[in-house]
Amino acid sequence: MNEIPGDLRFKKSHEWVRVEADGSVTIGISDHAQDLLGDIVFVELPEIGTQMSAEDEVAIVESVKAASDVYSPISGEIIEVNEVLLDNPEIINESPYHEGWFYKLQPSDSEEIDELLSPEQYGDICEE
Amino acid sequence: MAINKTRLHKKHIEHNAKMVDFSGWNMPINYGSQINEHNIVRSSAGIFDVSHMTVFDLSGSEQKAFLRKLLPNDISKIINYQKGLYSPLLDKSGNILDDLIVYNMDNNFRIISNCATSVQNHEWFIKQSTKFDVGVCLNEDVSIIAVQGPESIKILNKIGYNDINNLSNFDIKFDASVMIAKTGYTGEEGFEIILNNSEVVSFWEKLIDVGASPIGLGARDTLRLEAGLNLYGVDMDQTNNPYESNLSWTIDFNDSDRDFIGKKALSLIDKNISKELKGVILKERGILRSGQVISHENGAGKILSGTFSPTLGYSIGMARLDKGHNNKGKVLIRNKEFNIEIISLPFIRKGKMRL
Repeated sequence: MNEIPGDLRFKKSHEWVRVEADGSVTIGISDHAQDLLGDIVFVELPEIGTQMSAEDEVAIVESVKAASDVYSPISGEIIEVNEVLLDNPEIINESPYHEGWFYKLQPSDSEEIDELLSPEQYGDICEE
Repeated sequence: MAINKTRLHKKHIEHNAKMVDFSGWNMPINYGSQINEHNIVRSSAGIFDVSHMTVFDLSGSEQKAFLRKLLPNDISKIINYQKGLYSPLLDKSGNILDDLIVYNMDNNFRIISNCATSVQNHEWFIKQSTKFDVGVCLNEDVSIIAVQGPESIKILNKIGYNDINNLSNFDIKFDASVMIAKTGYTGEEGFEIILNNSEVVSFWEKLIDVGASPIGLGARDTLRLEAGLNLYGVDMDQTNNPYESNLSWTIDFNDSDRDFIGKKALSLIDKNISKELKGVILKERGILRSGQVISHENGAGKILSGTFSPTLGYSIGMARLDKGHNNKGKVLIRNKEFNIEIISLPFIRKGKMRL
């Protein structure tokens, strides 16, 4: 069974969002997503300063099996990316919710966060 | 459609396999990590359930004549030996219907071919055999385990098979009802073992008990790609001839009296202008995938199989492309061009880089 931390919000497309104390958000992909993908061998991350709209393609993650797009769960400006992943993409498999984060974003519309799935709702989707 | 399960299905679940549907069969794609499994086969030994492959047993007095007509490779090469021979299967236009290994089991022949083509091959063999005294039986009573890796001999010795150490590639040996063939699809030393369904679970358990690791079909794919071995349906299909599929070596014209299916069509192909199948290396950050477009100074091409090579640490692929590339070109990935090297296959031979 895949881990779903209680303090995160989720998108149906398997991205997670953590709201930080300073109002920024950290975004990555779920344990369930990394498990579906298998061994991850390549990541392409967005550039700092890019303005994202919710559901824009923001990153690419490739496993030995296949390539997948990652969609930004919410709108805002990219303020930091996890460059460690570029040379060590396997961190996403090992620690999807901590060391394996993708990017940080300054949200432009905080209501979008409220519309994300709760851990319970996301868990139900993974069960399907 | 009903999904087929091999006799080892329960064993795979016990080993926490991730199961996927694979041409109508529910098969293990990995048992946790495809890359770890890949590395185990390159460094020690792993075991694969490949019972989804199709086994045909021939009978009758004209098997030899039938096979010399059916296949472009000439089974005369193995007629005096208990041995296997690799060959593509061609249609009358010289295009590839499948690839297979035919084994001479003391002048009764056994064909092992892919699972996705099983029904089509069965019909084709029956159709082509009508002019010969030959029976074709699809044998569903046997399972196949592949033992692959530098320690595969050691593993088989440990479970009591001590007379397999000196087998050459494609040699076969029988031990009661168990057929051991020195073949594989990984580029490593290894064996494919064909045995009765009733015996396969205990055989598998014995292999696990002496230290062999189960390996999923995901790693089988990265291993065979590093070894430069084509996958039917991806690297070649019924729109390709052997010359553009790196299989010229399997077409045997030595006996000019022999006619085989596709012979006439192949003899009309101008090999100087046909495309070729080569290995492609991408050392920049990115992954080669099926369908990506290649360009070079004298032509173009397309990626067939493509993935990340766990052994080399960068992406490799196979490509069918125009000649005249001078070993370099460009590949288009998500609208960006990347430099590639174009090489002769394989990428890896017996665990070592060939570059």
